Amino acid sequence: MTGPGGRPAPAGPPGVLRAPHPVLSAVAEPVDPAAPDTVAAAAALLAALRRAPATMGLAAPQIGLSRRLIAFDTGLHPRSRSWAGERVLANPRLVGASHWDHGREGCASIPGLTADVLRATRITVHGHVPGTGEAVTIEADAFEARCIQHQLDHLDGLLFLDRVPGALSLHIRLHSCDA
Amino acid sequence: MGLSAVTVLGVDRPGVIAAVTGSLTDCGANIQDSTMTLLGGHVAMMLLVSGDLDGEELLKRLRAADLVVTASAIEARRHFCEDGGGLGYVLTVHGPDRPGIISAVSAVLAADGGNITGMSTRLTGRLYVLIADVELPKEVDVAALMRRLAAVGASLDSEITFRPVEPDLL
Repeated sequence: MTGPGGRPAPAGPPGVLRAPHPVLSAVAEPVDPAAPDTVAAAAALLAALRRAPATMGLAAPQIGLSRRLIAFDTGLHPRSRSWAGERVLANPRLVGASHWDHGREGCASIPGLTADVLRATRITVHGHVPGTGEAVTIEADAFEARCIQHQLDHLDGLLFLDRVPGALSLHIRLHSCDA
Repeated sequence: MGLSAVTVLGVDRPGVIAAVTGSLTDCGANIQDSTMTLLGGHVAMMLLVSGDLDGEELLKRLRAADLVVTASAIEARRHFCEDGGGLGYVLTVHGPDRPGIISAVSAVLAADGGNITGMSTRLTGRLYVLIADVELPKEVDVAALMRRLAAVGASLDSEITFRPVEPDLL
């Protein structure tokens, strides 16, 4: 396998699908937050996130489940300000977005590449807690906001590559902080 | 003062750019536009330089051991930085690697008079990524063009997005 610049292709985290893969390009299905299979999927997603080094977020399609579930924990990222803790959200929806800015991001499903992507740096997200079904609202900024928007894109079959603002904004990865 | 196009290709190592640009300076050449990247572990550099030496003379005097260098005189195109009146778009293609992706996509753009003004492609594992800056004539039916691009993308098993440039002019 060949990576950018002729280097050996970098490996992604274990259990995480690599692009190209049809599940990563599909729109994920809504879930019943209280259903046992949703709870099992959420647990699998969280386990995958905990196993993935330097990865701050994952969406269910990245582990082969085309369901609207995301997990994130950006507490250790140096560009984080807000921190909602370690979270799994079912059927998350972006309901507010402002203060847009470019920032470099990568993806556990695309090892080897990063790009400068325009994202809102302040967002409001609604979702449900798997299991209880409790409705939650998360206000996030800075890197946590970027990470959540990246995961929401996965639920719509989009990769960060689909938001690259120009030919000069695609970069060979030089660091290890995944969005 | 003439203009020369210089290309440099060689194995990547620290100091390549310093060696090439130092040699150009010694030749009295002034670097105008340039671009450089790494391709397959090789330095690839293109420069537009002005100076009294023509391309042939530059080539003789460029000291660049282990590098493949070409230099040729070119004519200056006046007004080349002016706004051409076109509309700026960004094209993204990603999918499994296979021969013919760039030619298939660029042919669709060219058929509508679209001009690729910048392009970067990368292969990582099985994933092939193409990002291109595209300028379209104002009269192009963008919706129809996007349908043709989508059809080409489907035939390549690739995802294609085509969207207007987000201007950040302050």
